[in-house]
Amino acid sequence: MSGFLLKGVSVVGGAPTDLVIRDGVISADKSGAEVIDAAGLVALPGLVDLHTHLREPGREDAETVETGSRAAALGGYTAVCAMANTSPVADTAGVVEQVWRLGREAGLVDVQPIGAVTVGLAGKQLAEVGAMATSAANVRIFSDDGFCVADPRLMRRALEYVKAFDGIIAQHAEEPRLTEGAQMHEGEVSTRLGLTGWPAVAEEAIIARDVLLAEHVGSRLHVCHVSTAGSVEVLRQAKARGVRVTAEVTPHHLLLTDELAASYDPVFKVNPPLRTSSDVAALREALVEGVIDVVATDHAPHAVEDKECEWAYARPGMLGLETALSIVISVLGERWDLIADRMSRTPARIAGLAGHGTDLAVGSPANLTLVDPSARRVVDPAELASRSRNTPYSGTTLPGRIVATFLRGEPTVLDGKAVK
Amino acid sequence: MIKHLRSAADLDAATATLILDTAAEMAALAGREVKKLPTLRGRTVVNLFYEDSTRTRISFEAAAKRLSADVINFSAKGSSVSKGESLKDTALTLQAMGADAVVIRHSASGAPHRLASWVDGSVINAGDGTHEHPTQALLDAYTMRSRLGRLDGLKVAIVGDVLHSRVARSNVLLLSTLGAQVTLVGPPTLIPVDIAAALEPKTKVSYDLDSVLPDMDVVMMLRVQTERMQDSYFPSAREYSRRYGLDLARMRKLPEHAIVMHPGPMNRGMEITPEVADSSRSTIVEQVANGVSARMAVLYLLLGGKA
Repeated sequence: MSGFLLKGVSVVGGAPTDLVIRDGVISADKSGAEVIDAAGLVALPGLVDLHTHLREPGREDAETVETGSRAAALGGYTAVCAMANTSPVADTAGVVEQVWRLGREAGLVDVQPIGAVTVGLAGKQLAEVGAMATSAANVRIFSDDGFCVADPRLMRRALEYVKAFDGIIAQHAEEPRLTEGAQMHEGEVSTRLGLTGWPAVAEEAIIARDVLLAEHVGSRLHVCHVSTAGSVEVLRQAKARGVRVTAEVTPHHLLLTDELAASYDPVFKVNPPLRTSSDVAALREALVEGVIDVVATDHAPHAVEDKECEWAYARPGMLGLETALSIVISVLGERWDLIADRMSRTPARIAGLAGHGTDLAVGSPANLTLVDPSARRVVDPAELASRSRNTPYSGTTLPGRIVATFLRGEPTVLDGKAVK
Repeated sequence: MIKHLRSAADLDAATATLILDTAAEMAALAGREVKKLPTLRGRTVVNLFYEDSTRTRISFEAAAKRLSADVINFSAKGSSVSKGESLKDTALTLQAMGADAVVIRHSASGAPHRLASWVDGSVINAGDGTHEHPTQALLDAYTMRSRLGRLDGLKVAIVGDVLHSRVARSNVLLLSTLGAQVTLVGPPTLIPVDIAAALEPKTKVSYDLDSVLPDMDVVMMLRVQTERMQDSYFPSAREYSRRYGLDLARMRKLPEHAIVMHPGPMNRGMEITPEVADSSRSTIVEQVANGVSARMAVLYLLLGGKA
C-alpha cells in the first residue's frame, strides 16, 4: 500500500484540493497513491468523543470495545474516551489497561480509558487515580459518570489530587437527593405523564458548586452532558471569571425534547433527561459561542430487554456514535470549522490526545474522516454497527454520511463500510 | 369509538357523555333481579393487576361478568423486571390467548401505553403509577351528574396529594372536558409543577382550603399517605389534617347542596373525619356502586357495543 490520494477534497470546508495520506501522515508525495474521488466531500480531522460507554468488561451483550470501536469509526471518530462504569468498574490500573489493550486489538479507533474517581463509583473513597495515570492506559480524565461525585469534600480532594499529573475530573452533575426516583425532566410534561421529575436545578446546583471548588483549588473541571439553560448561565459566568472549566453537550440534547416521553417509549429515556425547547435553544447558542466547548455523544448502548419494558424500569441512555455528526450538521449547518473545533480539536486537547484533532497539514498524523454532506440517510437500527439498537432516531432522515475514516493513515472505513 | 382508554385525554366531550349516558342505562340494570346482559358473550376480558387493588379489580370483574364476558384474573405482584416475566412477554401471552380487552393496573406510569403497543385488543387503564385512572374519573363524573344534575359549570375542588394522585390527573382532564371548573387544593409541595399548563389551562390552584370551600359544588378528598411526611412533603399528620383535612366545621362552609367525595380507600381522621365520611353529603358508597356501571359502559362501548 502506498497511500491514498483524496482528489478534489474540501479540507474543513475549504476550496477543493488534493490530500495525500502516506505512512501514517499527511504527505505531499502523490506517486503511486490509490486515488479516491473526493469531489464534493469534506475532510475533517478525525472526530474525538470525550464520552463513550463501551460496556466491556461486564455487559458484552450490549456492546464490546470492538463493536463500539466499529460504530465510532463509522461515525467518523478516530478516538473515543471510554467511561469507567463497567463491571468491574474501571477504578484500578488493571481494568483501564484491559480496556486500553482491547482497544488496541480492535484497532479501529484509539480507545482512551477514563478512570473512576471513587472506588466502585460509590462516592466514598478516592480510587487509585495515580496508578491509573501512570499505567499503560495513561489515564488523564477521571469520572464517576452515571453517578455524581456528590460529597463536596471528596470532590474537592479529587480536583486537587489529580493536579499532580494534570488530570481532569469530568463530573456527572446530578444532585442525588433532588433526583431520587427521577424519570424525566421536571416540568409540564412530567406532570402530565405522572413521571417523577428530574429538576434542572439538580444539575445547575452541582455545576455551580463545582466551578467554585475548581476555582478554589485551581484545578481543571470538565462538566459532562450539560442539559439546561441554567447550567449554561453558570458556565458562562465561571468562564468569564477565568475558572478552568470545560463542558460538553450531547447531540440528543441539541435536538430532542421532553415531549418525546409522551410515548412512554424508553428509547427516549436518558440521563440527564431530554429537556425543553428553550433549553435546546440555549445549548445550541452556547455551543456556537464556546461556552460549551465540545459535543460528546454519551453513547450508551443497552440490551433490548433493558429498553422494551415500562419507562420506569428501563435503563437510561441512547446510542450516539453513528449519528452524532449528522445531528450536529443538522443543528449547526455545514459550518465545518466550527464542527471540527467542537468535535475534534477541542475534545482532543481536553483529553490530551496527541495526534488527534490536528490540522490536516503535511506531516501531521493522518487521523481524519471524509464526509459526504449532500447524502441523506434514513436511520435503521438494524443496520447500526453497535451491538445495541437503542437509537432515538429510528426512521429519521439525517443529513451527511461518513464515506471514509483513517486512523494513522490506515482506513478503518472505506465506501461507508468498516474495513474490519 | 376509541379503541383504548389509557388516559382521560382519550375522551372528547361527546365520547365521555356517551359513556356516562350508557352507564346510566347500565345502572338501571342493577335494580333488576337478573343483573346480566348477553352483550359480551364469548368475549374475553383479562384483568391484569400488578398492584393489589381489590376494589378496582372486583369492580371491573363484576362489570365484565354482568356483560357476560369471560373474565380472566391475572394478578402479577411485584415489578415485572425484578420478578418473573416481562410486561412484553405477558402481553404476548395474553395476545396468544385472544384477549379482547386487557384491564391493567400497574405501578409504572405509562404501562398501559406500552401494553397497547404489544396487543391487538383494547387496553383499559385501571390506574398506572402516578399518572391516571380514567375509569375512576368517569365514575366520579357520573356520581356528580346523578347527584347535581349537570357537569357543565360545576365547581369542583380536588384536595390533597395531587402530586402522587392518578385520580386527580384523570379528574382534571375529564371534568374540564365536560365543562366543570376544577380547583386543586393542597400544600405547595403536593401540587405538581406547571399543573395547569400540563393538563388544562383553566385549572385553578389554591393552598387555602377554607377560602375555597364556600364556592364549591363538589369537594373531592384524596387519600394522603402518612409516609409522605417522611419525605418532608408536610411536617406531620396532625398539621396536615388541621390545614387540609375535611371535618364538620369545614364541611359547614360548603353550600347546602354541595357533595363530598373520596375515591377510597380513606384514611379516616387524616384527610377526612368519620362524621364527614358518613354524612348524607358523602357519596363514597355511591361511588363504589357507580364504578361498576361506569366500567360496564366502558367495556361495552370499547368492545363494539352500540348505545
